[in-house]
Amino acid sequence: MPKRTPLYDKHNQLGAKLIDFGGWEMPVLYTGISAEHKAVRNKCGLFDVSHMGEVRVGGPAAARFLNGILTNDVERLSEGEGQYTIFCNEQGGIIDDLFLFRIDDDEFLLVVNAARREVDIERLRGCLDGFEGKEDVVLKDISDDTGMLAIQGPKAVDFIDAVITSRGCCCLSRAVSSLKRNQIGAFQFGGESVWISRTGYTGEDGFEVLAPVQVLSQLWERLLEVGGEYGLVPVGLGARDTLRLEACLSLYGHELDEETTPIEAGLKPFVALGKERFNGREVMLRQLEEGVKKKLVAFRVTEKSAPPRQGYPLVDADGADRIGVVTSGTFSPTFTEGLGLAYVEPAYARPGTKVFIEIRGKLVSAQTVKRPFYKRTG
Amino acid sequence: MNIPEDLKYTESHEWVRVEDGVAVVGITDHAQQELTDIVFVELPQTGDTFKAGDPCAVVESVKTASDIYCPLSGEVIECNEALNENPDLVNSEPYKGGWFFKIKLEDTAEVEKLMNPDTYKEFIGQ
Repeated sequence: MPKRTPLYDKHNQLGAKLIDFGGWEMPVLYTGISAEHKAVRNKCGLFDVSHMGEVRVGGPAAARFLNGILTNDVERLSEGEGQYTIFCNEQGGIIDDLFLFRIDDDEFLLVVNAARREVDIERLRGCLDGFEGKEDVVLKDISDDTGMLAIQGPKAVDFIDAVITSRGCCCLSRAVSSLKRNQIGAFQFGGESVWISRTGYTGEDGFEVLAPVQVLSQLWERLLEVGGEYGLVPVGLGARDTLRLEACLSLYGHELDEETTPIEAGLKPFVALGKERFNGREVMLRQLEEGVKKKLVAFRVTEKSAPPRQGYPLVDADGADRIGVVTSGTFSPTFTEGLGLAYVEPAYARPGTKVFIEIRGKLVSAQTVKRPFYKRTG
Repeated sequence: MNIPEDLKYTESHEWVRVEDGVAVVGITDHAQQELTDIVFVELPQTGDTFKAGDPCAVVESVKTASDIYCPLSGEVIECNEALNENPDLVNSEPYKGGWFFKIKLEDTAEVEKLMNPDTYKEFIGQ
């Protein structure tokens, strides 16, 4: 029996098409992927992402514990700031990619992938067992009590303050719209405390709200009511996938898995190599010195064809050798052409390299390009 | 949901219009609604022969590729080339401009095995 978010009935009322995603029954689309995709690029969209997992890590040694595991530099975070970071195993393989927020000096909030939540908790506890300051760290999975909505698109900033009118306590007291990229703050909605960050997974400006499950329906309704005038529409996971792919944001299970390191996945900017330790450090340093066996590239299809899909082989320009495999592929609603991400042998990773994608036995012309496909302006 | 009275239907949501031993094949309004945004149609080649139930074309929506099955046995004699430029015709006019191909039937008796409009309507729970 798949899990359902508190908004399951709302999705049905809106006529959503539901699919199983990571053990959750989630809306894949409401009206159509292309229309929802364009709404986010041009105006704004509302996503139920309550399947995401949330973990709190707190205590006097919390920062030191997390910094010794995760790839990014936790010490770079001030209170109210977040960063994209990666949780690897000791071989450098990616257990999960996540967003880490420092909500207080000694208090952190981790937003993890739905399908990896249980593995994350188990591995984090494993790491904690071997940590010498473990008495000073408290780890708590709050996913079941926490819902999550994303409001994404250029118009989101224009109405968010009209929905979240009540500011949080003390030093974080300010308007939601004053949050800068990757910042997080505490606010009030429906008599409950909610966390709002200026983050997202679409390549657009926008916000993500972490709220107790009991106010989620009310928040969803209020957002659609106020945001409707600004073009806000509900958006499913289908468009979430095409949006993130145009922005070249990796998806666990596609670009990322335990057989892949952040270096191979092009995530070096999120690896603080100067730190004394984090999981997989030695393997990653060695890869940087000796090179990697595969590299993530972005590619676009350059002839009329079916869209590329995960698992399709990449073949060299002579049409002779298999040189890689597609990890994510789609028809792009923004560029109206096939595009995707793939792992290739490093010799073929330079942008501008001509390759073929093998689609049902046919070789289709494609070219590697600089990441990302889509970058918002302004 | 549009289910024209003069057509026959399959369980895999293709429709068939039979005239003089030739069948025109497409996908139903229900199918196009389920698939949503159709972005590419891979048609068979003229001269290809299929048995009833063989996969013979592929419809690509933004999200997924779906096989289309040949409703009746025979030889493909014409394909709807307009779909190469405008695959969205399958969404906008599933029974008109969105037809896929014409097939010269091997055995017209096979037509009787297909669903009539009322049965198809029931089949999709309408």
